[in-house]
Amino acid sequence: MYKYVIKRLLLLIPTLFGAAVLVFLLLRAVPGDVCQLRLGGGGEWIDPVALEQCKIQLGLNDPLHLQLVDFLASFFTFNFGESMWTGRPVAFEIGLRFELSLQIAIMATLVSIIVAIPLGTISAIKQNTWIDYLVRTISIAGIAIPSFWLGIIIILGLLITTQAWTGTPWMPPIDYRPLWEDPGYNLSMLIWPAVATGYRYSAVATRMTRSALLEVLREDYVRTARAKGLLEKMIINRHALRNSLLPVVTIIGIEFAFLMGGLVVTEQVFNLNGIGKLFVESVTNQDYVMTQSLVMLVVTIFVLVNLVVDILYAVLDPRIRYS
Amino acid sequence: MKTSFTRLAMTAGLGAAVAAGGIVAASAEEPKQGGVLRIVVGSKIPSYDGHRESTFGMIHPIRPFYSLLIRVNPDDPQSSNFICDLCEGDVPTATNDGKTYTFKIRQGAEFHDGTPLTAHDIVATYNKIVFPPEGILSNRVSRFAMVEKISAPDDFTVQFDLKYASPGFMPMVATPFNFVYAKKDLERVDPEGKDPQYGMKWHQNNINGTGAFSFVEHQPGSHVLGKRHEKYHHEGKPYLDGFKAISAPKMSVRIQAIRGGRADIEFRGFPPKSRDDLVKALGDDITVQESAWNCTFGYAGNQTKPLFQDKRVRQAMTLALDRWGASNYLSKIAIVKTVGGLALPGHPLATDEATLKTYYGYWPDIEKSREKARELLKEAGAEGASFKIWNRAVDQPYKVVGTWMLDQWKQVGLNVEQVVVPTGPWYAGLRDPDAFDVAIWPSCQSVVNPIVDAGAWISKERAADNRGYYTDPVLDEWYDQMNREGDPAKQAELYRKFEKRVLHDEAHFGQVLWWHKINPHRSFVKGWKIAPSHYLNQSLDQVWLDVPDEERKQRTMDELGG
Repeated sequence: MYKYVIKRLLLLIPTLFGAAVLVFLLLRAVPGDVCQLRLGGGGEWIDPVALEQCKIQLGLNDPLHLQLVDFLASFFTFNFGESMWTGRPVAFEIGLRFELSLQIAIMATLVSIIVAIPLGTISAIKQNTWIDYLVRTISIAGIAIPSFWLGIIIILGLLITTQAWTGTPWMPPIDYRPLWEDPGYNLSMLIWPAVATGYRYSAVATRMTRSALLEVLREDYVRTARAKGLLEKMIINRHALRNSLLPVVTIIGIEFAFLMGGLVVTEQVFNLNGIGKLFVESVTNQDYVMTQSLVMLVVTIFVLVNLVVDILYAVLDPRIRYS
Repeated sequence: MKTSFTRLAMTAGLGAAVAAGGIVAASAEEPKQGGVLRIVVGSKIPSYDGHRESTFGMIHPIRPFYSLLIRVNPDDPQSSNFICDLCEGDVPTATNDGKTYTFKIRQGAEFHDGTPLTAHDIVATYNKIVFPPEGILSNRVSRFAMVEKISAPDDFTVQFDLKYASPGFMPMVATPFNFVYAKKDLERVDPEGKDPQYGMKWHQNNINGTGAFSFVEHQPGSHVLGKRHEKYHHEGKPYLDGFKAISAPKMSVRIQAIRGGRADIEFRGFPPKSRDDLVKALGDDITVQESAWNCTFGYAGNQTKPLFQDKRVRQAMTLALDRWGASNYLSKIAIVKTVGGLALPGHPLATDEATLKTYYGYWPDIEKSREKARELLKEAGAEGASFKIWNRAVDQPYKVVGTWMLDQWKQVGLNVEQVVVPTGPWYAGLRDPDAFDVAIWPSCQSVVNPIVDAGAWISKERAADNRGYYTDPVLDEWYDQMNREGDPAKQAELYRKFEKRVLHDEAHFGQVLWWHKINPHRSFVKGWKIAPSHYLNQSLDQVWLDVPDEERKQRTMDELGG
């Protein structure tokens, strides 16, 4: 197994290299630059001398191939450079936001698992009953409703209902405090985006759980278990559900990776200072260094999460062995 | 649809008066000490160095940490009056035929680290702004072109010697980006011995000012926290214990934050609909201050393209726009309102209504105006001409007004499309004369300084941000003359000629409407008066919170820990 893990980790290098070249070229294909935005993004007058000086300082006037070599050399020596917008080290900027994004990803994934597996299971067991129809309606609605829209509705709902009940409108906090510093404040801020996002992902996982379980429930070994007179509860829990979890784990794993770097709009709606918001800001600001680093981070997370998912396959299904 | 200029001016005046009235009433109350003001800020902080930056995203959270040599009067920010901040007494008048300004520096002012302020700090600061060493970025060098030398004859006197008398000098000194730094900070030596310009760059990542508040913390992307500077040089101020500037790039978050009690105020401005929603939701708990905004919103035909080289086409384009009508109806959905020329309406250099109405595009009868537009297009052989508007993918006011302009031009038979692109590519396009036909051309300034700001409309060879790509030596000459003219009457006369040529005779630039600033805030926020720019009046030293003592204490406890 460890050889397999090492092989997969080594494969990370060409993957990162390809992603690095691609993102480098794509970013530079977009017209404009960070200096123009920084010095005059609000329509302010720009000193032409300052504009030119800014470009020189940030190396924007250097030939493209030199910029690429510089970027690759820096990246593969773990020197991620400094943000072109703030001048602060990229690792510092990402580190500040990583904690929040990780917490949201974990909370949303938990919401997703807590909702999806029981609902998907019940839906499969009670196939074609009103319970099944209800669960399917809820999950289809979850897929259809974008999580950012749900977020907006949650905020408006909170404002309106609290004003109606207490006379004073309330909304979740808009500035972050770590969980261990102020748990109440932290959770009152993060529970809402976790629910909005978790619901969206739980809908996908619910449908996946349902269809995978239905498939497994028609397998011969389930019929055999029933013929042996095993309790239905035991058949579901020990034989069917575990075997139906492989595609669910895949979905949840990919969702988790996506949550780490992809909560772009939801983070903005709830004003979360996470990786997704940083991503949007760095792309908008044409901060090449930051954007490149974020893309590489997300690629790394995706590759590692996929590896973990593959390992989990082996844990869940003894027939799967890697060599 | 007709709206008289007088009525507009009165409305603007009334808005200011209402705001002022509120403050007058407030100032009759005794300001209460304590509490923390929570601000929401819609942009990001690139660095803390005011000398190199130009965004309100830096000004709103960082300006309260710094003082200026002179500033716009916080009790009368709508006027063009300046008062001393770190200087003493009245703002000096020029001597030596307008070429020397001597400032007496306030004694007893202290930086947050305890360093006493002297004239040498002011000299070091302005030398960095006006004569930055090679490799140090200063964003206002060109606008201080009139300055020859800055010196300190003694510890509490600063003297500016100019190359020529310039009416644009004092407004430039009052620019809110001119934070005063300590000389010893600017001369700091790199502890690692690597960067010889370490001191000059120190303020990009560090804060040490003489402002009303001292720096507590900055969580990048989240918030900036400041606490009262106990040795602030304006006696009895600031009233607040501190302030917290929370970063919230999305406008809906900023609006809901005020509604939901997470923030008290936002200083840039909201659209009319958001103002109405907040008033509807919160009633008396919201106070709205409004003002004309020192931001032009206009357009220019790209004169490297044959269609726009014909001034009849340019004149027809301006004639087609119903500015007076738009001031009424567009202002209900967009942050634009005031009809005006090149100078901010209300400023002494602004054109009077009667004169303005003689310019193309400002005629009160829009049907007559459009008839003339069609006639000019026919003469120019440009009936049904096609072009595209190069616009920025920002709703307020760009897309809203751009769409309105498209419709207006279609009404005189022009075949117009709108290309809307994100900010980066939009700027890149503006720099490339092959990329666009008609550019949306906004310009936002801080201190109202029409003479210097007119530099945007001179020839492309001299004005890097000339979006019409035209050359007009006549404008260049008049611009130079008015910038060196000491007599206000002659200066105004030159300005009139300059403006008429830009807007009417040559129609190089079409000024559509001036932006309109709307600041709804919690009614308990007292002492802050709206200025005609979102960069101005941000020291926060006069702001106080009219809430029960317990709540003020609680806010201080929550944010500053007691």
